[in-house]
Amino acid sequence: MKKEGTKSNSFELKNKITLFVTMFAAYFVPVLILSILVSLSFESADAFNKFGFFRFITTSTWDPVKQIFGGAAPIYGTVVTTVLSLIFAAPVSIGIAIFITQICPKKIKGIISGAIELLASIPSIIYGMWGLFVLAPIMSNYIEPFLQKTIGKLPLVGIIFKGTPIGIDLLTASLILSIMIIPFITSVARDSFELVPDNLIESAYGIGSTKWEVIKNIVLPYSKTGMYGGMILGIGRAIGETMAVAFVLGNKHEIVLSLLGASSTIPVTLANEFTEADSKIYMSSLFYLALILFVSSFVILAIAKYMILRTNKNG
Amino acid sequence: MDEYILKVKKLNFYYGKKQVLFDIDMNIEKNCVTALIGPSGCGKTTFLRCFNRMHDLYKGNRYEGEILYNNTDILKIKDSIKLRSKIGMVFQSPTPFPMSIFDNVAYGLRLKGIKNRAELSDRVEDALIKAALWEEVKDRLSASSSGLSGGQQQRLVIARALAVEPDILLFDEPTSALDPIATSKIEELMIALKKITTIIVVTHNMQQAARVSDFTAFFYLGRLIEFNKTEEFFTRPKSKQTEDYITGKFG
Repeated sequence: MKKEGTKSNSFELKNKITLFVTMFAAYFVPVLILSILVSLSFESADAFNKFGFFRFITTSTWDPVKQIFGGAAPIYGTVVTTVLSLIFAAPVSIGIAIFITQICPKKIKGIISGAIELLASIPSIIYGMWGLFVLAPIMSNYIEPFLQKTIGKLPLVGIIFKGTPIGIDLLTASLILSIMIIPFITSVARDSFELVPDNLIESAYGIGSTKWEVIKNIVLPYSKTGMYGGMILGIGRAIGETMAVAFVLGNKHEIVLSLLGASSTIPVTLANEFTEADSKIYMSSLFYLALILFVSSFVILAIAKYMILRTNKNG
Repeated sequence: MDEYILKVKKLNFYYGKKQVLFDIDMNIEKNCVTALIGPSGCGKTTFLRCFNRMHDLYKGNRYEGEILYNNTDILKIKDSIKLRSKIGMVFQSPTPFPMSIFDNVAYGLRLKGIKNRAELSDRVEDALIKAALWEEVKDRLSASSSGLSGGQQQRLVIARALAVEPDILLFDEPTSALDPIATSKIEELMIALKKITTIIVVTHNMQQAARVSDFTAFFYLGRLIEFNKTEEFFTRPKSKQTEDYITGKFG
């Protein structure tokens, strides 16, 4: 009896330790996130007090000498590259996902899925190097002159292809980004397509639909929310990407309408300028940008998770 | 006058190398309800899915023999899309499409190229009336179909199939996901619908077969054991296996 008692005591102790250790590990994450948020806010307080919020995000001056800092240019660059990359990546990704789930024979399915997952595992520095040494020359020698000769000649829209095509610009950066986010959108879209019940697909065929009609009328509408979730996840990835973009975007604090102009994004600015920040307000302004990036990617991720969760519940 | 709308001759069916249907011979009479019964895995659903070539959607399936429909062998025709608009299907669990009630019923009509708004709404109303759903949904045709109850969804699916005026309707255990009240509504519907179409129904429920069908076929291990008028089938079964099954000795 006595022996059994001690045994259950030590068992209880082990239970308590396990409980404590796992609980600590789990609570550590939200605490960490919160403390990052607090320290970012703390460090950016100076810039916030001096420039305010709306003035900071609408001023494009970035002058370390006069100590006037505004985040409009990198924010603009971030938005443009992110939106453009989504425009390039979304149709391609959804096409790939449709092919993998609805059309492609089982044997090839594994190969294509594997290749796309591999795309996600390439370190971003390699995308940057490839972009700088391979893609940028191709863009400046062939694609951008071609775009200038065609779309560039049109009135109004022509303005987006103005300037000297050097290949280090918003367009190239967006292309690189789009390649990087394709695997994310594809895998979420594929998962939500696979959640469409077989019965539903069969009954669409059963009433005389062709393959294309089944995809267009049943599969796509059914997995709509999941697809949007995947796209937003892609945005979240694109918005914070640093190395690959830093190589091919130049680092210029200027708002240019032309996609052939060099620009900057928030992460690129941060990566390039912390070493140069020689005044307190300069440093604080960089932290301010980081805070804006942190909050917006957090919000974007939350929206994406919510949407993906909603599709899973549908199924 | 040919009374038979479908004539099945020496039908064999294979999932890959595995044969699941053996030498089925069977004639389906027009404007009747024919019930297919048998224990799980006996091939009754596989048999049903041959009629609209649903097996074509998956690789490795193979048919042998012939199924004559209007004197053409449906196992040989190239255009299975057109065939499926003539031979509709209703599944075990309701399968409303992710769109409004109206669009669900209009779906097959639009596929056929009918765009005229007035004609569409006439035919949608007609199909919903035939499926005994009109009174319940007429005020909310543009609402999403997901708000309907299970039984209503099943009748919506039947209305969708009816809208394209099929010659034959295939039911694959249409009531096994429904409660008794919804089940009896669907059963009444099947009996009423045989005036305008021909029905083949797979069911687990022998009472259901006895209630709704004019003919009953008993399948066992991929073979058609007995096929007869429902009344005779249940009162004077010819085969010992059938008798054992309907008296609940196995299955």
